[in-house]
Amino acid sequence: MNTAESFAELPVAPKPPLRRFHQARWDEPIIFELSAPGRRGLAVPEPGAPLVELPETVRRAEPPKLPEMSQLHVLRHYLRLSQENLGVDLNIDVGQGTCTMKYSPKVNDRFAAAIAELHPLQHEETVQGVLEIYWRLERMLAEISGMSRVSLQPGSGSAAIYANIAMIRAYHAANGEGHRDQVITTMFSHPSNAACAKTAGYEVITLMPDADGYPDIEALRAAVGPRTAALMITNPEDTGIFNPRIREFVELVHSVGGLACYDQANANGILGITRARDAGFDLCHFNLHKTFSTPHACGGPAAGACGVSAELEPFLPGPVVTFDGAAYGMETPPHSIGKVRPFLGVTPNIVRAYAWIMAMGAEGLRQVAETAVLNNNYLMHKILQIPGASAPWDKRRVEQVRYSWQELSEETGVHSEEIGVRAADFGVHYWTSHHPYLVPEPFTLEPTESYSKEDLDEYAAILAHVASEARTDPEFVKGAPYNQSVHKIDTTSLDDPKAWAPTWRAYVRKHLS
Amino acid sequence: MTHPYIPNAEPGVRAEMLAAIGASSVEEFYADIPADLRLARPLDLPEPFTAEHDLVRHMKGLFDRVTDTEEALSFLGLGCYPHYVPAVCDEVNSRSEFLTAYAGEPYEDHGRFQALFEYVSMMGELLEMDVVNVPTYDGFQAAGTALRMACRYTSRSKVLVSGAVSADKLSKLRDFLSPDVEIALAPVGEGGEISVAEFDDSFAAIYLETPNVYGVVEMRGRELADLAHAHGALLVVGADPISLGVLAPPSSYGADIACGDIQSLGMHQSYGGGHAGYIATQDHEPLVAEFPSRLFGIAPTKVPGEYGFGDVFYDRTSFALREEGKEWVGTAAALWGITAGVYLALMGPQGMRDLGETILARTRYAMDALAGSVTVLHRDAIHFREFAIEVPSSAALLDGLRARGIYGGVPLDDRTVLVCVTERHSITDIDRLAAAVQEVL
Repeated sequence: MNTAESFAELPVAPKPPLRRFHQARWDEPIIFELSAPGRRGLAVPEPGAPLVELPETVRRAEPPKLPEMSQLHVLRHYLRLSQENLGVDLNIDVGQGTCTMKYSPKVNDRFAAAIAELHPLQHEETVQGVLEIYWRLERMLAEISGMSRVSLQPGSGSAAIYANIAMIRAYHAANGEGHRDQVITTMFSHPSNAACAKTAGYEVITLMPDADGYPDIEALRAAVGPRTAALMITNPEDTGIFNPRIREFVELVHSVGGLACYDQANANGILGITRARDAGFDLCHFNLHKTFSTPHACGGPAAGACGVSAELEPFLPGPVVTFDGAAYGMETPPHSIGKVRPFLGVTPNIVRAYAWIMAMGAEGLRQVAETAVLNNNYLMHKILQIPGASAPWDKRRVEQVRYSWQELSEETGVHSEEIGVRAADFGVHYWTSHHPYLVPEPFTLEPTESYSKEDLDEYAAILAHVASEARTDPEFVKGAPYNQSVHKIDTTSLDDPKAWAPTWRAYVRKHLS
Repeated sequence: MTHPYIPNAEPGVRAEMLAAIGASSVEEFYADIPADLRLARPLDLPEPFTAEHDLVRHMKGLFDRVTDTEEALSFLGLGCYPHYVPAVCDEVNSRSEFLTAYAGEPYEDHGRFQALFEYVSMMGELLEMDVVNVPTYDGFQAAGTALRMACRYTSRSKVLVSGAVSADKLSKLRDFLSPDVEIALAPVGEGGEISVAEFDDSFAAIYLETPNVYGVVEMRGRELADLAHAHGALLVVGADPISLGVLAPPSSYGADIACGDIQSLGMHQSYGGGHAGYIATQDHEPLVAEFPSRLFGIAPTKVPGEYGFGDVFYDRTSFALREEGKEWVGTAAALWGITAGVYLALMGPQGMRDLGETILARTRYAMDALAGSVTVLHRDAIHFREFAIEVPSSAALLDGLRARGIYGGVPLDDRTVLVCVTERHSITDIDRLAAAVQEVL
């Protein structure tokens, strides 16, 4: 019998327009502060054989100062940290533009786990099923890109960009054209195109956008010549704008003997719509953790796929998978650049990407592309209704948009980064742009196909709310966050060599001793 | 049917959204793609398995055609190791909050920053070094980058690399260093350790690996550090962190940079999918300036007692400076860093020591057990986890063992096989291998 006095009424009132989110705040210490001498988290099998006495020269003198904790307490600590983190499964993850934060189907994680106990150097006859997955995924990505052959070895998008550059270098060297020492890229292509080219020994020429937001074709015309090794370009670029003259770009580079390499990090909106090879590209790469759904894992493990034309096949990293109609095998191409990473590739993600495509089929991929583009244009329609938000260049967008808060910022003094931090108080992410900020006060949104109309409405409502807060109480926005695991961080010490603390031991030495 | 992964493919909502935008069809959004670039046919892909159960059945059919290292008895290593993976490691890294997150700010992704900071901090204790990177792709990349760091630091373009490294790792190093760095190989001596004869002021670094490709623990680290330093060069040491509960950390004998793969620390073999690379130095600003990777550090917040985090010295990276940054940084293997942190926290100092002793003892036991029927190479050297044997025919031996349900080792060449023994190999397992080798031969 409940005798307490009533203080609330049925029915329960409707939800407020914005979610009353609060991130977990466990106030969790650093793990070393949880340590107590003598505790153990795991027991190890006894040797069962005579111990080996190590000479002093190679014997560890002092045990490592690792934490000493019982198993439950290690688990609890990490689960608390996990709760202080947002993943696709928990939030409307449309705010990490260029990252293609789509749903990673749970069932695919089971498939990834199914190969946990396979060693990469097992005899080929014991791994036919996995080699078949590699082979079939290679063939499917060749069809999707129009390319002749695919390597699934690289560990990520940037690693695939690097592998492509290495193949370009090897191709020119094999043709006696080793003197080509320049790579051309664009400011709205991922910075790794420039950075990988530089690492591979090339001088980098970066094309700036023209007045219409396209990479400047006149600048390309001026840049190409006998020193041109390759063009490395994204299309649509990170602005979301598709460059309609892309074939001309490719032909200009071809006309001077250079190669054209397509960074397809932004392929989600054009699957089955247009293909790299059809625009004349010689190489391309996909990010399997973006377009093909493998989970982003806090920044890897990821997977990259390099697609090449027939002329570049001999240079692919080795080994590649072969199929003679009966059995699957491996071979290293004759002029292979060698290893990009250990073994064949990041197999759990190869398995996931394969399963995802097999769940979609050709019609499904087309639906992915069209829906990603519809979602993006719907969200853009909502965002541009927020006073102070704009999308420079007034051009059509494919799957993402680089927006600007310039007008709002000039009016209120609140910067884009600060708006993003405040938006996180409502349980979402938001990313600005790569550096340098060509678009002032930038933010980049990419809805992908995974989110519902209701999700997009909610996301736009959050940004609209924060924008109005910036007008009414700019200091409040600048003081954010309020509903997160921690409060506003003072980052000044992170660039000071005397104060920075990249590990606990450095922190103890500099600040607690 | 509306695909389960695509909520807005439902025709009603699609029409509603198009109407809100004022577009007649999605074709309008593709108007910038020239007609001659449009694919005029459906992609030629296999029929999909839209029902999850059908997909599961299809995948099972493929997995039925593999025999993994739990179904067979495997002694395969050479860069990918079958150490025991604690259940808590899998529990933590399969959490959605970590598995499906990416690149949020240190507020909504505070957990990722703290977990990775703790990982680098525990690695720092194991290595006795103050700076450790957020993981790069794998140990191959870590070695390549460590050597490039040494070259940039010394303004020299030649490195001496141990000949006792795997052919695959050497292949990666050759490609990665090729534009401007010359590689000289140090020969391997009779006892399985490297021997350095030629060295001068033109070298940026010596790259030593221990345990090396033959499982041999290199004994002359201090000597090589002194040699490198006498010529103004750095000592770069590749070390598997799982050995450091018993083996001296590279910094203790003078290494300037340590690097390697952390797959051993809680990652499954996963057909080569469990790799991540670490690079470590002391807190010496000019050397820290050469890291391409992200470094996470503690920063204070508005509230006393709260740990905030952020990027240390961000203006080294390609994220900040494009091609003017150090090499490049991107998505690599962060979740494996978090997992390795969980592993080290579970093991603690005593767990790491116990594990090292078990592996040392069983490696020696296995060498002795096989010595009766094959030639065990470098028998007088200390071995950790791996050793090489010489046989009349690698292929014949391994085929014979496979017919008996044993993956006996990795063929290094026609007559040399590398055998790997971890804490997962019981004495009974090792005895079974020895008996089978005798039978086959």
